[in-house]
Amino acid sequence: MKTLELDVPGWAGHRAGQHVDVRLTAEDGYQAQRSYSIASAPSDGLALTVERLDDGEVSPYLVDEAREGDQLEVRGPIGGYFVWDGTETEPVLLVAGGSGVVPVMAMARHRARIGSTTPMRLIYSSRSWDDVIYRDELETLGIEVFQTLTREQPPGWSGYSRRIDRELLAETAWPASQSPRVYVCGSTRFVDAAADGLLELGYDAGWIRTERFGATG
Amino acid sequence: MVISRGFRGKRRDGPPDRVPPGQYLTDDFPVLSAGPTPHTPLEEWTFSIRGGAELVSWTWEELRGLPSEPVTVDIHCVTRWSKLDTVWEGVSVDTLLEAVEHDAAYAMAFCDGGYTTNLPLEDLTDGKAWVAFGYDGEPLDPEHGGPARLLVPHLYFWKSAKWVRGLELRDEDEPGFWESNGYHLRGDPWLEQRYWGD
Amino acid sequence: MTGIAELKLDGNAIGGLMLELFGVELTATPCVCAGCGAREEMARLDVYTGAGIVVRCCHCEAVMIRIVQGRGRTWLDLSGAASLELG
Repeated sequence: MKTLELDVPGWAGHRAGQHVDVRLTAEDGYQAQRSYSIASAPSDGLALTVERLDDGEVSPYLVDEAREGDQLEVRGPIGGYFVWDGTETEPVLLVAGGSGVVPVMAMARHRARIGSTTPMRLIYSSRSWDDVIYRDELETLGIEVFQTLTREQPPGWSGYSRRIDRELLAETAWPASQSPRVYVCGSTRFVDAAADGLLELGYDAGWIRTERFGATG
Repeated sequence: MVISRGFRGKRRDGPPDRVPPGQYLTDDFPVLSAGPTPHTPLEEWTFSIRGGAELVSWTWEELRGLPSEPVTVDIHCVTRWSKLDTVWEGVSVDTLLEAVEHDAAYAMAFCDGGYTTNLPLEDLTDGKAWVAFGYDGEPLDPEHGGPARLLVPHLYFWKSAKWVRGLELRDEDEPGFWESNGYHLRGDPWLEQRYWGD
Repeated sequence: MTGIAELKLDGNAIGGLMLELFGVELTATPCVCAGCGAREEMARLDVYTGAGIVVRCCHCEAVMIRIVQGRGRTWLDLSGAASLELG
C-alpha cells in the first residue's frame, strides 16, 4: 500500500467517502483507468492510498514507479451517496474489508479534524496484521476499532480471527435501537455478508450505505 | 493529453498475424459479464433451434450424444485482450443445423439471463462455430458460460454467447443485446469492427 | 480466477462516468426500475462490466442502463430506467 498526495490545480475540495478516477496514458497513447477512494479528510488536500495488486494494470505503476513531479489525470471528486459530512447526528458504524478501509478512514479523519463528538466505530477486517493499514493513526482518532484478522494472527492476538458474521457484528455494532448510519466498503462478497449480518440484527436497509470494490487494480 | 512518465501497463503485443489490430495478449482469462451467472439444472437444460420448418430441441444428454470435437482457437475480446491457442470441446453448429430444414440467412442466439447476439448463418457454418461445453480439458465453468456457450472465434468474443440455449433462425439481421447499443452488427476483429460505423 | 459474484460492483463504480456524461453527481439519484418499479439510488444498483457496462435493478435484476464507449462516442440506453429523480 502506498499513499500518494496529489496536487490538482483548481481542486475545489471533496467530501469524506468520495473517490476519484485516475487515468494513465502511456507514450504511445495507451490508456488505463481505475477508481481510488480519497484517504484524506476534506481539510487535508487530496491523498489516495493505493493497494498494489500484483497483476494490476494501474496500481503497480502508482506504487512502484510514480514519483514526485509525475503527472496523471484525475476525474472527480465523485460520490454523493457514500459520503459522511459530519453534520449527521446518528452514531456511525464503519465496516471495512481490506482496502475498503480507505474511504471510511477519510470519514474518521474528517470527524477528528472538525472536532465532532458523534460516536463512531470501525469494524475492520484484514487478512493478517501486516495487511492492517493506518494502524497507529487509528488509535489516535477517538473512535472504537474492532479488528479481525481472517487468515493469520500474531502470537498473543486477542482480537477476532474470523470473517465478519452475525455474532461478531452483534458484539461490536451499535444496537439497532440507535438507528445508526452505516458505511460498508470492501469486496462484493464482504459487503454482502456484512450488510446481511446487520439486517439480521434488525438494522434497516435504508441505514446501510455500501460501496463495492472490484478486484482489478 | 497528460502522459504519465514510465507508464506502460501490463499489455503485451503479439505477432500481428495472430493478434488483430488494437488487441493485446493476455495469459489469464478475464471474466466479463452482463449479469449474474445463471444456474439452469442440466435436467431442465435444452438447446433449441427455432424458426425453421419445425422446432428442434436437444436435451443435455442428447447434445452430449452428438459428435463433438476438440477445437484450438485464438479468441479476441472487443475490450482489447486476445488469448491464443485456447482449447475447447464442443459440437459443431453445422451438426445442429443439419437437423433443421430452413432457408434462413441469419440467426439470433438466445441465452439464460436474456442475453442475445445476432449472426449471419455464414458465420455459424462450415466449421466456424460450435456449442462448446468443455474448456482446457474440463467442463466449461459457469463463470465462463457453462454448461455451454456459443463459440465463434473468428468474430469478437461478445458473439460467443455464454449460457446459450438456442438459435432463432431469421430472414433479417436484427441487432442483439450489444449490437443494438453501439457494438458493430458483425464484429470482425481483423477489420476492427468494434462499434457502429466502423 | 475472479468469479462473477466478485465482479459485480455497484453504481458508485460508474459515478465518474455519469459525472462526465451528465455533468452532475448521480450516485445519490433515485432511479425507478421499468421492470418492477423499485426505486433505489444509483449507487445501490448492480453494475456489471462485460463488453460494455450493464446496470441492473438490485431487486429484479432487469437491465436498467447499458453503456458502450468507443472511438470517442458513448451509447447510452436508459430504457430500463423508468425515471431518474434529479436535483
